[in-house]
Amino acid sequence: MEEKILRLKAQLEEELAKVKDVAELENIRVAYLGKKGSVTELLKGLKELSGEGKKTLGQKVNILKGEVAGKIDDYKVKLAEAEILKEINAMPEFDMSIPAKLERGSYHPITLVQRECEKIFKSMGFTVEDYSEVVSEYECFESLNIPKHHPARDMQDTYYLENGQLLKTQTSAAQNAIYKKYKDALVNEGKPIKAIFPGRCFRNEATDACHENTFFQMEGVMVGKDISISNLIFFMKTMLSEVFRRDIKVRLRPGFFPFVEPGFELDINCLICGGKGCPSCKHSGWLELCPCGMIHPEVLKAGGIDPEEYTGFAFGLGLTRLAMMKYGIKDIRDLNSGNLKSMEQFTDGE
Amino acid sequence: MFLSMNWISDYVDLSGLDKRELISRFSLSTAEVENEIFYKGSDLRGVVVAEIKSVEEHPESKKLHLLKVDAGAGELTDVVCGAPNVRVGMKTAFAKVGAQIGDITIAPRKLAGFPSNGMCCSEKELGISDDHSGIMEITDDVSLGVDLKELYQIDDIVFEVDNKSLTNRPDLWGHYGIAREFAAISGRQLKHLEVIDLSQYDSLPGVDMKIENKLCQRYSCLKFENISRNVSPVNMRIRLYYCGMRAINLLADLTNYLMLEMGQPMHAFDSRKVEKIRVKCFDKPFVFRTLDGVDRNIDENTLMICNGDTPVAIAGIMGGLDSEIVGDTTTLTLESATFDAVSVRKSTVRLSHRTDASMRYEKCLDPEMTVKAIARFVKLLMDIDGGVRIVSSLTDEYAVKFGQVKLDFDKAYVNRYTGIEISNEHIINTLRSLGFGVEATGDEFHVEVPSWRATKDVTIKADIIEEITRIYGYDNFDVHTTKAPLYPVRAYEEKTVEDKIKDVLVKKYALHEVHSYIWAYYDEYKALGIEIEDNVKLVNSTNPNIETLRKSMIPTQLCQIKSNFQYASDFGIFEVGRVVEGLTEENLCNERKKLAITLFSKSKTTQELYFELRDMVAVMADDIKHTKIFLNKKEAVHSYQHLKNLNAVVAGDKEIGELGVVHPTVVKKIDKKAAIVYAELDVEELAGVANGGIHYEEPSRFPEMTIDLSFVCDTFAPVLSAIKQVNSELVKKVDVLDVYSDENGKSITVRMLFSHSERTLTREEVTQVTDKIISILAKDKIELKN
Repeated sequence: MEEKILRLKAQLEEELAKVKDVAELENIRVAYLGKKGSVTELLKGLKELSGEGKKTLGQKVNILKGEVAGKIDDYKVKLAEAEILKEINAMPEFDMSIPAKLERGSYHPITLVQRECEKIFKSMGFTVEDYSEVVSEYECFESLNIPKHHPARDMQDTYYLENGQLLKTQTSAAQNAIYKKYKDALVNEGKPIKAIFPGRCFRNEATDACHENTFFQMEGVMVGKDISISNLIFFMKTMLSEVFRRDIKVRLRPGFFPFVEPGFELDINCLICGGKGCPSCKHSGWLELCPCGMIHPEVLKAGGIDPEEYTGFAFGLGLTRLAMMKYGIKDIRDLNSGNLKSMEQFTDGE
Repeated sequence: MFLSMNWISDYVDLSGLDKRELISRFSLSTAEVENEIFYKGSDLRGVVVAEIKSVEEHPESKKLHLLKVDAGAGELTDVVCGAPNVRVGMKTAFAKVGAQIGDITIAPRKLAGFPSNGMCCSEKELGISDDHSGIMEITDDVSLGVDLKELYQIDDIVFEVDNKSLTNRPDLWGHYGIAREFAAISGRQLKHLEVIDLSQYDSLPGVDMKIENKLCQRYSCLKFENISRNVSPVNMRIRLYYCGMRAINLLADLTNYLMLEMGQPMHAFDSRKVEKIRVKCFDKPFVFRTLDGVDRNIDENTLMICNGDTPVAIAGIMGGLDSEIVGDTTTLTLESATFDAVSVRKSTVRLSHRTDASMRYEKCLDPEMTVKAIARFVKLLMDIDGGVRIVSSLTDEYAVKFGQVKLDFDKAYVNRYTGIEISNEHIINTLRSLGFGVEATGDEFHVEVPSWRATKDVTIKADIIEEITRIYGYDNFDVHTTKAPLYPVRAYEEKTVEDKIKDVLVKKYALHEVHSYIWAYYDEYKALGIEIEDNVKLVNSTNPNIETLRKSMIPTQLCQIKSNFQYASDFGIFEVGRVVEGLTEENLCNERKKLAITLFSKSKTTQELYFELRDMVAVMADDIKHTKIFLNKKEAVHSYQHLKNLNAVVAGDKEIGELGVVHPTVVKKIDKKAAIVYAELDVEELAGVANGGIHYEEPSRFPEMTIDLSFVCDTFAPVLSAIKQVNSELVKKVDVLDVYSDENGKSITVRMLFSHSERTLTREEVTQVTDKIISILAKDKIELKN
């Protein structure tokens, strides 16, 4: 009997060494441990014995059974590992030099720049307003202290419509409506008016690489008690530093716009040379960026706000110009061309 | 406008100050200075007065002369000169050996075989005029050998101010007004302009003059005669030249000089042609020849200066050819007037003729200036030509006076507006240096605006703030943030919806956002066979191709698809933009904000593409509003719409737009093999749809069951309606798995998901439901597919 056990053990080692896959291993398991397996047969043979011999032999056969089962399980793990390794070896190494397929959509560059600005202003508590493109003479001019005979109202600059309305020449055309919308909250609840209004504007002029009859601006206003020139300078500097994501130096020069008093032209230090002077800034170190100023008392009055009680500032950013600066777009006409070879490049980078 | 620092320095002593620094402060405090500053005369050295002592012809050249010149040292220098105007006894500008003219350094050399030790210079070579007809002739009584720069104001700093930045400052259109700014900036004193006392001529007869139309605010004139000089002094000519004007003759130069000095345009008439000055408009249009020889159409709104009933000048713009000063003119009438700014501007636009004079009048000049300008003119003229005789009294009619502007404010107002502390002393000094009358009692200020700022420029308190702060310097401001209360800011729905639309279409569907124009492009529409529908029109478009506003963005997008048809085999574009859907009852444009999507494909069938677009719109509605869309059949009314496959998109209870296949005629003009479909939604309507919100339902913990059934039918609608009719709570989801067509007809496979939240389903209860559905459909002769 003991001899049989030893023989079985040796035989198992031999057979296991030849096993190639899980199926063969399973056959071996059945051959030894199955209902008619050789170990099972040994166990059955014990029934015929008795006494002390039966007990000791029984223990030995049971140990054998455990050993056989253990060996087969070990081989199972080894085989599984080998299978995985085989699968890994079977897979080729991929050619990662093949370029990625960038099938994705694109935003219009104005959308990207506008969203960036909106985000900054929202973080400073400004509401984002929208306004129509067709407006009245009152909205575009009279309410902004631009009298009837002012050159800005000349036919050659403005697209007038048959019904007497016009295509807005500036986002300022929304100022009056915005003052009226928020003036009660200003007066009754002391909430300052803080709003930006991006929008499309129109000028009746011939187009070339630098001129478009259709372009985007973004106007901003803040009205409250004691809003001062000092606040305006602080605000413009802070806001522009956010827009350009660096510390911006600003410089104000007197500028004349009928809807502000005093009015300013705001320059920033040249983004390319940092102010040392380069061809981009015509060697002056400064770039003229946006008009701004203290809102003219007549404009506040037209919006139903008492200029003796409240003051405010306004500024206008050229979104189209900003987009061109940011992305290095040289021909303004690219923006409305609908040319997908241009447009596809403007993917979301936020 | 070019400005001469020498000229400015006539009226304010700027000695010892850095001129460049002053100019940049002027740019920050007053008006924009162009970047380039010209240092006139900086490249000229060693040019002296010399006299030509002898002139000989060059033996071989007809042009060249052999000169001997005396440059003051007593010895004669040989010079070969090609100028035609050389003559013995003539004094000229002589560049000695070693002199520098521009990039050239004069050296002794041989010219056409003869030694030449220096160069006689033309005014152009010296950079003081554009005259290159001959060498400069110096007629002044000066000693030989004197450096030209000691004699004349050749060294100068010239800078240019952007005219646009002076539109609201009529006082800055001459050097004197500019000098006032420099005085205020530098804290130096502004000098008075030297003038002649005109009252000494009061006893002389006046000029026959009358303002018949009050578009002329003031007309002042004076007659004089016996002018013996024709050429202006060199310094005057240099200044005119440096400021961009050509010297013509003494009288013309003087009127120009006055205009550049005081900003007051003037005009001199031949007194024989202008004896009876009338300022008026004419009832009928006519043609008038101006002194530049051009015939111009004058209408009844153009103010004219007339001799009786004969027009002699367009008021404020240009004189006539017939009344111009000519060779035998002996008596002159000098006009100094102001005209209504708007009228001059409109006439300028009508005539499309802008002059230095009209440019100034458009700014609303100070009428107080007219008489002073005449007094100044006479002073300058008499200094140059002592023989001049005044032959009339000053004749002056002041038809329209601007009121005196007085403004009161207090210190608190200044503090509030500026946000900084500016001292009373600074306020008073600044305003006084700019010519304002200031009275201060404690913190109260009473200000009188000077006439040259009172025509339109300074009218309210806020204008005074600008005067104080610009001289104070914005760079000197202590800047700080506002003290504003905190409150939440809410985005408004339409804007949020617009942003989400863009995100879904770009991020999920890889579409490209484009922009286009608000009007229809006739040529491009026609090329695609799209009809240009009547709509609101632009009245003054200069481009006949863009006259009508668009009603829909789809035709615009089809044009863009056309221009991109080779971009890729499959692509889609979208835009959120505006259209005008005609006029409202109030005669206002019915402007709508729309979303337009157009898809183009060469690899998909039109049906596949149309379903893709439908899914896109459904996802958008679900994503943005948690709402479902329904599609109803719609009748085509526009030339670009397909007659069959056109659907209204309904969300909530409203039609929010349409979905359509593009008309094959249009498609074929874009690409013969392509499928093109579009959607146009009203963004405001979509924003107005109620948000369905998220209604959370806990997933069942028990197994679900899926049943697929295939029916032989043409559309899915009856199947869906049967499922709805059975209305079983166990049906959680219904999907169309497959649509299949073969010779036996069309079949649709529907997949239904069954589950119960509290127990495991039995096969029987599910079969009960499916049996009911099958039997309902059987009544409509829709059978299960074998």
